Amino acid sequence: MQVSIDEIRSGHKPAIARAITLVENERRQIWPLLKELFATSELASLVGVTGPPGCGKSTLVEKLVAGWLEEGERIGVIAIDPSSEFSGGALLGDRIRMDGISSEPEVFIRSMATRGYLGGLNPAIFDTVLILSAAGYDRIVIETVGVGQNEIDIVNLADTTLVVTMPEVGDEIQAFKAGLMEAGDIFVLNKADHPRVNRMELVLQQMLELNSSGEEQEFPRLLKTIATRGEGVDEVLEAVGDHRLKLEKSGDIARHRKQVMRRHILHLLEEKVREQLIDPLLQSEDFKQILDQVVKRKADPYSTAEDLLARLKSADQQREEVNLSHEN
Amino acid sequence: MAEKNIKVLIAKPGLDGHDRGAKVIARGLKEAGMEVVYTGLRQAPEDIVNAAVQEDVDVIGLSILSGAHRQLFPVIMEKLEEAGREDVLVLAGGTIPDKDHDELHDLGIKAIFQPGTPIEEIVDFIESELGAA
Amino acid sequence: MADFKDMYEQWKSDKYEPTKSSFGERREEFTTDSGIPVKPLYTPGEIEDIDYLDDINFPGQFPFTRGVYPTMYRSRVWTMRQYAGFGTARETNERFRYLLEQGQTGLSTAFDLPTQIGYDSSQNLARGEVGRVGVAIDTLADMEVLFDEIPLDEVSTSMTINAPAAVLLAMYIAVGEKQGVDRADLTGTTQNDILKEYIARGTYIFPPEPSLRLITDIFEFCAEEMPRWNTISISGYHIREAGSDAVQEVAFTLANGIEYVEAALDAGLEVDEFAPRLSFFFNAQMNFLEEIAKFRAARRLWAEIMKERFGAQKDKSCMLRFHTQTAGAALTAQQPQNNIVRVAIQALAAALGGTQSLHTNSYDEALSLPTEESVRIALRTQQIIAEETGVADTADPLGGSYAIEAMTDKIVSEARDYLDEIDKLGGMVEAINAGYVQREIQDTAYEMQKEIEEGDRVVVGVNKYREEEEEKVEEILTVDEELENNQTARLEKVKEERDQASVDSHLQEIRSAAQSGDNLMPYLVDAVKDYVSIGEICSVLRDEFGEYEARHF
Repeated sequence: MQVSIDEIRSGHKPAIARAITLVENERRQIWPLLKELFATSELASLVGVTGPPGCGKSTLVEKLVAGWLEEGERIGVIAIDPSSEFSGGALLGDRIRMDGISSEPEVFIRSMATRGYLGGLNPAIFDTVLILSAAGYDRIVIETVGVGQNEIDIVNLADTTLVVTMPEVGDEIQAFKAGLMEAGDIFVLNKADHPRVNRMELVLQQMLELNSSGEEQEFPRLLKTIATRGEGVDEVLEAVGDHRLKLEKSGDIARHRKQVMRRHILHLLEEKVREQLIDPLLQSEDFKQILDQVVKRKADPYSTAEDLLARLKSADQQREEVNLSHEN
Repeated sequence: MAEKNIKVLIAKPGLDGHDRGAKVIARGLKEAGMEVVYTGLRQAPEDIVNAAVQEDVDVIGLSILSGAHRQLFPVIMEKLEEAGREDVLVLAGGTIPDKDHDELHDLGIKAIFQPGTPIEEIVDFIESELGAA
Repeated sequence: MADFKDMYEQWKSDKYEPTKSSFGERREEFTTDSGIPVKPLYTPGEIEDIDYLDDINFPGQFPFTRGVYPTMYRSRVWTMRQYAGFGTARETNERFRYLLEQGQTGLSTAFDLPTQIGYDSSQNLARGEVGRVGVAIDTLADMEVLFDEIPLDEVSTSMTINAPAAVLLAMYIAVGEKQGVDRADLTGTTQNDILKEYIARGTYIFPPEPSLRLITDIFEFCAEEMPRWNTISISGYHIREAGSDAVQEVAFTLANGIEYVEAALDAGLEVDEFAPRLSFFFNAQMNFLEEIAKFRAARRLWAEIMKERFGAQKDKSCMLRFHTQTAGAALTAQQPQNNIVRVAIQALAAALGGTQSLHTNSYDEALSLPTEESVRIALRTQQIIAEETGVADTADPLGGSYAIEAMTDKIVSEARDYLDEIDKLGGMVEAINAGYVQREIQDTAYEMQKEIEEGDRVVVGVNKYREEEEEKVEEILTVDEELENNQTARLEKVKEERDQASVDSHLQEIRSAAQSGDNLMPYLVDAVKDYVSIGEICSVLRDEFGEYEARHF
C-alpha cells in the first residue's frame, strides 16, 4: 500500500485515510513517511474533549466544529472508543452523532478504537494528528470516553482540554477522577435544561476552587450548555480561543509541546525496543526454558530480568565489535 | 502491537427507518473482533462513500428494507469508484428479492444476505474474502 | 377451600419430579418471549390472589380485561383491515377496491417513505423511494384518485401516517367534502404516534415538542369536529418489531400513551374530551399464550392508569381499543409458505385477545410487497377464524384459564415496573432522549439473535427443519420503474394548473399559525383544497419547527 506525501499535503482524503490506517496497523512501513511529514509540517491546534459517557460530547463537538467551519477553519476529528476486552472489536459510535458535519468537505472524521493500549496513549493518535496537520487541517479535535486511562492521556496531548459533564451523572464527587479536575481547562456542564443543573454547578464550582491557587484565575472556566439546541456553544468557542491566546502569551504552549514531544519520543522508543529487542527475546525457545525455571522456582524473576538485560547489552557490544572489525 | 482489525461500515441508504437488523449485525461483528462504524439512518450515497473513505473501511454493509436498492446501490457503487475505493468489499442485506441479485452482483456487490442469515455466516464470509485478498 | 398452592407442590414432588427424572424435559428452562417462567402446570392456586371483580370483571366493565364491549364479536366480528398501498394512487385504489370486494371491512393505507417524511415525489431525497413501501401522495389530486369510488361515509379508513398526519387528515376531510360527506361523519384513524417513530420506526420529521403540538392540535380539532375519528393509534407493533419482548411492548406503548395524555392536558384539553378517541396498535407474535395474556394485560393496565393517574370519569376514556397486526418479524424468507401457518396462529391469538381490528400479513412479505393472491390468503385466514372456528361466539373464551390469568397478571406487574422506571427518568420523552428505551429494545433484539444462532430459540425452516433446495416464490410484486417519473410529471401538472397566489398565501398562514400556536388543522384543510403539496407544507414547518436530530445508541 503506497501512500503519497503529495496527496496527503494536498488534502486528498483517501490518501489521508490510508495513511492513518497504516499508522494504526503497519507502523514500520509508515515511519519514513512520518519522518518527512514531521520535518515539513506544523502541528494543528489540538482540542481534547472528554467526560463520562452520555453527557453529549459528540453533540457538542458537532456544534463546535460547525462554529469553527464558519470561521473558515478546516477541522479534523479523531473519535476514540474503547475496544472490547473480550473480542478485541469495537463499536465506533461517535461519527453517527456528528451527522450534521460528517459530510462537510472541510471536515475529516476518523473513528479509532483504543485497541488495549492500557496505561499509555496509542502512539497512532499522535501520528494521526501529524498526518492531519500535514494535510492542512487547522484544528484537530480528539474525543474520548472518560472511563479509563484515556482521558488523562488526551489531556496530556491536547493544547486545550474540555471536560464535558451533565447534572446527575452519578455521584457528583465520583464523577471526576483525580487528575481530570486538575487537567481540564474548560468544564462544560451540558444538558443545562435539567432541573438539577444549579446544584451541579455549585458542586463543580466548589471542586474547581479547591484546585485553584486562590488568585484571580481565568482558567479553568466553567460553562453551561444545551448542546442539542446550540445554546452556550458560542461561549465555549470563545473560551477555547481565549485559552489558546493565554497559552501563547505565557509561553505555556511551547512548554506543553515540548512535553508532548518528549512523551511521543518515549512512546516510539518503547515501541521500537519492544519490537526489536524484547519481542524476539520473549518469542525465543530460550525464554520458554527460562520461564519454566522460574515457575519451578529454580530461578527468580528478578535475577532473570537482570540476566536478560545483560544479555541484550552484550549482544549489542558484540554487534558493535563485529561492525568495527568489518570496518577495519 | 496492534493486530489489524477488520473495519466495517454499516450503512442505511435512503429513507428506510428499519434499523433492527443493522444494529444487531453491527454488534455481532464487534463481538467477532471487528471495528464497526454504523452510519445511522437517512444516508445519501455521498454520505456513505464519504464515511467509507475517511474511515478507510475494508467492508461496507448496506441495509435496506424499502425496496429502493435498485436505484440507490448503483449510485453508491459509482461514487465509490470515483473515490478510487472500488476495492472495498460491499455486502447487502434486507428485503432484496432473488430476482434482483444478479443485477446487484454485476454492480460489484459481493454478497446479499437474506433475513435470517446467522451472523457467523456473515463473519465467515468477510474473513474468507479478506483473507484471500 | 382446598389449598391449591399446597396441592400443587404436593403434585410436583409426588408425580411431576419423578416423571421429569425418568423422561427429562426438552429444555432446562421454559420461558415466554419476555422471559417469564412457564410452569409445568397452572392451577387455581395461581389465581387465588387475583380479584375477579377488581382485576378482571366482565367485558365492557372496568378494567375491561375481558374485552371492551359486552357483546364483543357476537355483535360484530373485528374489522378486517389489510394494510395496503404501493405505487400510484390509481394502483392502490384498485387494490383497495379488490380488498373490499373480497370482504375486507375497513381500509388501511400505507404511504411511501417520501410522503411519510414530508417530501414531494419530485424532491431529491425521494429518489428511488417513490411508491415503494406505500402509495405516493403529493397533493389532494392523488388523494382524490386514491378514494375514487370509495364512499367515505360507508368505509372507515386507517392511515399509517405520523409526522405529517395533520396534512393527510386535512386531505381526507377535503376528499370527504367533495363526496358530500360531512367531516363529522368520517370514521377512521390517523396513526399519529411520533414517539414510537423516535424509538423504533424512524419516519420522524420534527423534534418532540412541536410534534406533540401537532398531535394535540389533531386531538382538539377532532374533539370538536370529528367525533367518530380515532385521533391516534398508540403503537406497540413497531416497538415489538424492533426487537422488544411482550412486556416491553405493553410498557413502552402505554408509557407513550401517558405522555400523549399529559401533552393534551397541558394543552388545556379535558381528559374525558379526548381520551375516548385514543386507540392502540399491537403486535401478534408467536408465543400464543403470552400474546393473548398480553392483550388482556394491556387493557387492564391502561384502564387503571386512566382512572388512577388521570382521574378519567367516563368508561370510554378507560377503554383500550386496539388494532393488531401479525408479526412481520416472525416471518421467514426460507420456506415462505410456512408463514401462512404462522399468520393463522398469530391471528387466532389476536382474536382470542379481543382485538377491534386486524391485519394479517401475507406469506411473501419477507421477500417483497404482497401480490393479490397472497393478500387474499391473508384475508381468508381471518375469515376462516371468524366463520369456522367458533371463537368469535363468546367473549374472552380463554378467560378463566389458570395459565392465561396468571400470565395476564404477571405482565401487568412487570409492565408497571417499567412504567415506574420511566417515571423516574422523567417520562417517555426524557427516557427516549437518554436512550433508555432504545437500549432496552436493542439488548432484547440482540439476545434473541444469539438465542436463534445458538439454537436455543427455534425458527422452523431457518435453524431447524431446513431445506437444502429452497423453493422459490415465483411471483412477487414489483413496482413499476417509470413510476417516479410519472408521479413527478403529475405533480408538475397540478402545480401548473393551480393558483400560485393562493398557494403562497396559504403557506404564509401556515407559517403564522405555526409561530403563534393556533391550531393548524383549519389552515391545512384550506391549503390542501387549493392543491398545496405535502412537501411545500412540511418545508415551511421544517423551517419553523426544526428537524429531529436522531441520537443513537
